[in-house]
Amino acid sequence: MITLNHYLLLSAMLFCIGLYGALAKKNAIAILISIELMLNAVNINLVAFTKYLTPGVFTGQIFAIFVIVVAACEVAIGLAIIVAIYRNRTTTIVENLDWLKW
Amino acid sequence: MVDSFGINLIWLVPLAPLIGFVLITFVTYRSRMLSALTAILSVAISFVLSLDVLRVILTHPEITMNNPLEKAVEWLKMNGLFIEMGALIDPLTSIMLFVVTFISLLVVIYSVGYMADDSRFSRFFSFLCLFVFSMLGLVISNNYFQMFVFWELVGLCSYLLIGFYFYKESASDACKKAFITNRVADFGFMIGVIILFIYFGTFNFGELAVAISNSQDLALLTLAGILVFIGPIGKSGQFPLHVWLPDAMEGPTPVSALIHAATMVAAGVYLLARGFILFASTTTVINLVAYVGGFTAIFAATIAITQRDYKRILAYSTLSQLGYMVMAIGVGSITAGMFHLTTHAFFKALMFLCAGSVIHALHKQDIFEMGGVFKDMKITAVTMIIGGLAIAGIPPFAGFWSKDEILLVTLENGYTGLYIIASLTAFLTAFYMFRLIFLVFFGEKRSDFEGHESPLTMTVPLMILAFFSIVGGFIGAPFLEKGFSSFIYFGEPHHPEPNLMIMGMSTIIAVAGIFLAWLIYIKKAISAEKIANQFKPIYTLLYNKYYIDEAYQWFFDKIVLNLSALCNLFDRYVVDGVAHSLAWIIRTTGTKGRYIHTGSLQTYALVLFAAIVVIVIFLAGPVVGGVQ
Repeated sequence: MITLNHYLLLSAMLFCIGLYGALAKKNAIAILISIELMLNAVNINLVAFTKYLTPGVFTGQIFAIFVIVVAACEVAIGLAIIVAIYRNRTTTIVENLDWLKW
Repeated sequence: MVDSFGINLIWLVPLAPLIGFVLITFVTYRSRMLSALTAILSVAISFVLSLDVLRVILTHPEITMNNPLEKAVEWLKMNGLFIEMGALIDPLTSIMLFVVTFISLLVVIYSVGYMADDSRFSRFFSFLCLFVFSMLGLVISNNYFQMFVFWELVGLCSYLLIGFYFYKESASDACKKAFITNRVADFGFMIGVIILFIYFGTFNFGELAVAISNSQDLALLTLAGILVFIGPIGKSGQFPLHVWLPDAMEGPTPVSALIHAATMVAAGVYLLARGFILFASTTTVINLVAYVGGFTAIFAATIAITQRDYKRILAYSTLSQLGYMVMAIGVGSITAGMFHLTTHAFFKALMFLCAGSVIHALHKQDIFEMGGVFKDMKITAVTMIIGGLAIAGIPPFAGFWSKDEILLVTLENGYTGLYIIASLTAFLTAFYMFRLIFLVFFGEKRSDFEGHESPLTMTVPLMILAFFSIVGGFIGAPFLEKGFSSFIYFGEPHHPEPNLMIMGMSTIIAVAGIFLAWLIYIKKAISAEKIANQFKPIYTLLYNKYYIDEAYQWFFDKIVLNLSALCNLFDRYVVDGVAHSLAWIIRTTGTKGRYIHTGSLQTYALVLFAAIVVIVIFLAGPVVGGVQ
């Protein structure tokens, strides 16, 4: 029997993997993918809570769809930025993209 | 209620010269003729209105010093602060208005001749108008605040006019000296007035008079009285702030006449008379006033006997006579003080205008370079002699009656010491005045010059003033039933009894002074050089005016400048130090703090996430704890 806790566990694991990727990966595209992972972990949470705690109400699901839409926009902009940076600097390694310092 | 154009248009009395000033400055300045005409007209309007005010006062015995007419408009109103602009009409105001407008009108007319060759003719007249406006505004004030405003304006105008020949260094120094000395005094006046306002809540003369007479706080009244008295000390040239007045001679001569007779130094005496209740409320203050006046009188007279400059002698004589007035008020008689102010205005204006006439003709100021001018300038000489007789106190000239009354009240009120000082001063006055007259108008020519009589615009004012110097004293002669003393008084009118002993004494003293001058400078029975040599130290002391200027110079060089240097150090190292160290802290925090910004995206993300974790723990902690 799969309970709410299984879903929460899955989502937590997914979130941690995503977080690790976002903090540790060097390639900007990989970081973007990791962020997608974190967002999806949240989506799983939302849907699971709705299913187990308030069945029959679809707030969580609708919210999840919103998140997917926003994530799509974010990826579009993020990729565009990465492309622009690549054209400028011929690299997408974030370690080299540190001009935002003193 | 009195209905007359003078009373109804009282606001126009000071405003007419102001309008004149504006017109000359902005419209007619290109045309000399129009400028002079505007000035004369605007002052004449004030004069006519003042005459009507005087007429109303004389024909309405119900308007007295204790029951004045007052007209005022609200000027500034705030919580706890109410200032009005207004006019206070009583006999004191009316006589001052008359004196000021009368002398000013004559001086303005005289200036047309005197300044004829000056390239800044129009500017001179615009300043004169502003000066007259300031003084008239001061005279009609019904409260201390308004008086203070005009008091400052008078100071400004004197600055402008004394420094009229600003391209001469001595003139520009003199005008700064006058302004700064006056500012020092005005500061005392201002603090005094503010103290009065704080404790009594009003600036109005009438309301203050009631409040002061009901007040029991002697310490406060003494403090306020002394502070307010500092104002007249500066403005009326009393010791020790008299230094500016002799230097004010650097201005054109008509200005000197105006300052000395009508519009400037009279302000201090007028304030003493107007605020008499404050000064009279404590014996300390009133005695201070009396002794400062008496001291100034003899102090200035002794300086005057050694000076060589025509106008400087007159300046010290003014100081001495002002001392007389202040002393008269100090011994408790504003009647005598104001009476002397009035007669003095006539003969001092006369003498200054004579001086102007002589200087205009000879282009010299040193009396030892003149001599024998009488035959070239008969009108000037005769009027000057009339002025001299008036100031010396020879009956029946104007000065005799007023001086006599001062001597009388001094003795009557028990100030025997001051009476002796005043008599001695009278002797010195007669002596130095006739020393001047004998040296300038008689004897042989002592240097090269061409004497010629001045034009009519200059001699006619001289003749008018000479006439008033002869008859002006009768308004207060003691044998008159309703004379000066029944109009201007404090408390109850006090009719002076003719005292033949004092009259005789003062006449003898004056004649003795003139005789001594005659002996020394005409008969040459006594050699002036010999006396000077015999009393060399005293002579040098007097000739250098008791070294007061040097003392001030020393005070500024050694004390004020060092104190300023100390303040400078304090400012540089303490005040600036605090400001700079504050700036240093902020700058250093910035330079050190910016290393936090690594520019690495992932560091930022890590910090962001760590912060969220902290916040979540912080917020969720109590909730989780509650579940358990």
